[in-house]
Amino acid sequence: MIDTIVQILVDAVSLGGLYALTALGIGLIFGVMRLINFAHGDLITAAGYLVFLLAGQSVAVAILGALTVAIVLAVVTERVAFRPLRRADPATLLISSFALSVFLQKTLILFVSSRPKGVDFLPELQQQVTILQVHVQLLEIVTIAVTGVTLVGLSLFLKHTRFGLEMRAAAENFRVARLLGVRADRVIAQAFAISGALAAIVAILFTAQTGIVQPRMGLPLVVVAFVSTVIGGLGNLTGAALGGFLVGAISVLLQSLLPEDLRVFREALVFVAVIIVLLLRPQGLLPARGLRERI
Amino acid sequence: MGDLLRRLWPLMVLLLLVAAVTLLAWSGPIVLQRRATLGLIHLVAVVGLYVFVGNSGVLSFGNVGFMAVGAYVSALLTMRPAAKAMFLHLPAFLGDLQWPPIAGALAGGLAAALLALVSGLPLMRLSGISGSIGTFALLVIVNVVIGNWTAVTGGQQSLMGLPIYTNLWIAFGWAAVSIVIAFCYQESRSALALRASREDEAAAEASGVRIHRERLIAFVISGFLSGIAGVLYGHLLGTLRADSFYLDLTFLVIAMLVIGGKGSLTGAVLGTIVISAVTEFLRQLEAGMPLPFANLTLSAPAGLGDAVLALAMLLILLFRPDGIAGREIAWPFGRLTRPRD
Repeated sequence: MIDTIVQILVDAVSLGGLYALTALGIGLIFGVMRLINFAHGDLITAAGYLVFLLAGQSVAVAILGALTVAIVLAVVTERVAFRPLRRADPATLLISSFALSVFLQKTLILFVSSRPKGVDFLPELQQQVTILQVHVQLLEIVTIAVTGVTLVGLSLFLKHTRFGLEMRAAAENFRVARLLGVRADRVIAQAFAISGALAAIVAILFTAQTGIVQPRMGLPLVVVAFVSTVIGGLGNLTGAALGGFLVGAISVLLQSLLPEDLRVFREALVFVAVIIVLLLRPQGLLPARGLRERI
Repeated sequence: MGDLLRRLWPLMVLLLLVAAVTLLAWSGPIVLQRRATLGLIHLVAVVGLYVFVGNSGVLSFGNVGFMAVGAYVSALLTMRPAAKAMFLHLPAFLGDLQWPPIAGALAGGLAAALLALVSGLPLMRLSGISGSIGTFALLVIVNVVIGNWTAVTGGQQSLMGLPIYTNLWIAFGWAAVSIVIAFCYQESRSALALRASREDEAAAEASGVRIHRERLIAFVISGFLSGIAGVLYGHLLGTLRADSFYLDLTFLVIAMLVIGGKGSLTGAVLGTIVISAVTEFLRQLEAGMPLPFANLTLSAPAGLGDAVLALAMLLILLFRPDGIAGREIAWPFGRLTRPRD
């Protein structure tokens, strides 16, 4: 009994962690630009393919390669596609990120074809370990640890550095932040770079878990991350992380509690749960300050 | 009378334009006719999307989900019982009936409208981006349910054996109907109120616009038209797959609306026609196109069309964010009647 509970807990935290990191990547960009970045999924995909290409090299090279590609791609897409649209309304930004995502995905397919490819990345993490007489996969522990370290690091960065302070200020009120000397281009580029790094971390963990890369691999993650940020309260980073963990927990709970033949509908039920949360709290669980325009 | 003519002018021009394109395709080879039929089906879908997106200003990702619902409902109601028994495990009352196509089509549209009503009750409370993400959740739900409800939809298998009846003129008929519905709706008081909320939510609310109700009305009409588009699609191809109604189609329909101009019915129609023509050209380029007067065949790598479409959409957003047509076609002949004092 107790081991089932621990197992569910570990599953929930490790899955929720991936969702939370993805949601944070999306939430950061939303904070400074009011942009929901569909193309975040393609950053994850690109980093995943780098892991696939470099898996034969040392682990460090693969990780470094994935980080570099995702960060560079994030910054470049901001510069080329989003900066000229900075004054556009959020709906236009949303559509352009959707178009960008399709463009990146289809271009990738032109080069690597749409067939999934197997990757044997960090196979030593597949083994089981025993903690408190419970068997869990080492990879899940690593995922939880990496998520924890990243979350703590990000929150220290946001709270205790000048750059972090600028980003939080920009998220709360972009115009006033600029008036007080925050450089708009730099703070937005920073947000994109960090979201790229988060995408790479997710890609590395996700590729190690599934052992497969394919041109649409980022999509299910960002779809969940979108609703996580909305449940958490768009524009609120704590909310985004909380929403990610919540959706992960609901997923894992449904997976283990639902009868066998209903399990295939798990994802649909997760999204129904999301709509119910929104029905009760349209602004999300932790509504962001400064998002609603004052009149 | 003159005022009425002037008011109906955009509608008449659009209907004539679509009729002209249809006639042009009708005189062409059979392959072109089939492509044009598909284009007209897309037109129904884009006009359906426009009814909600254009008037409310909230981008919907859910409309392709309504298309899926319409397609599957009509399929289940119109397929031969023997064909259904071969692929599906339906309850007896559903397995044995076979409705005529038009009844199936209307039922498909109404089922989609019903889903829009039920899902819209919570979703329409969300504004802007949150609303878009909410409709995205709806699309995922529909896709997962259809893709896994094996007894009723065939699940991951294709559902085969739909009666094939969609042809160029049936598609044209529904396209015309959808344009008329969208036009009549946007001339209504409800749509005017909704457009006011699109421009300024707070001001509209303060002026007594019941945003939730007006959005819901638009969403239901939009759902009905999208459902009809799905029905026509299913009965053109004869087979249905859950993943045909997912992100690729969503992207295509949104691209058509955005490139045409999401703020006007004219934009919806023009965008569909232009994108259909361009994708058809790219498709022929992918197949290899011999150049006249030169011993040369142009050919593009497969899949280029999608990438080009995405790029075109990005460029339109950068340089002409209102799309090809930001407003309806205006009456070109000056004033018909003297303005009332």
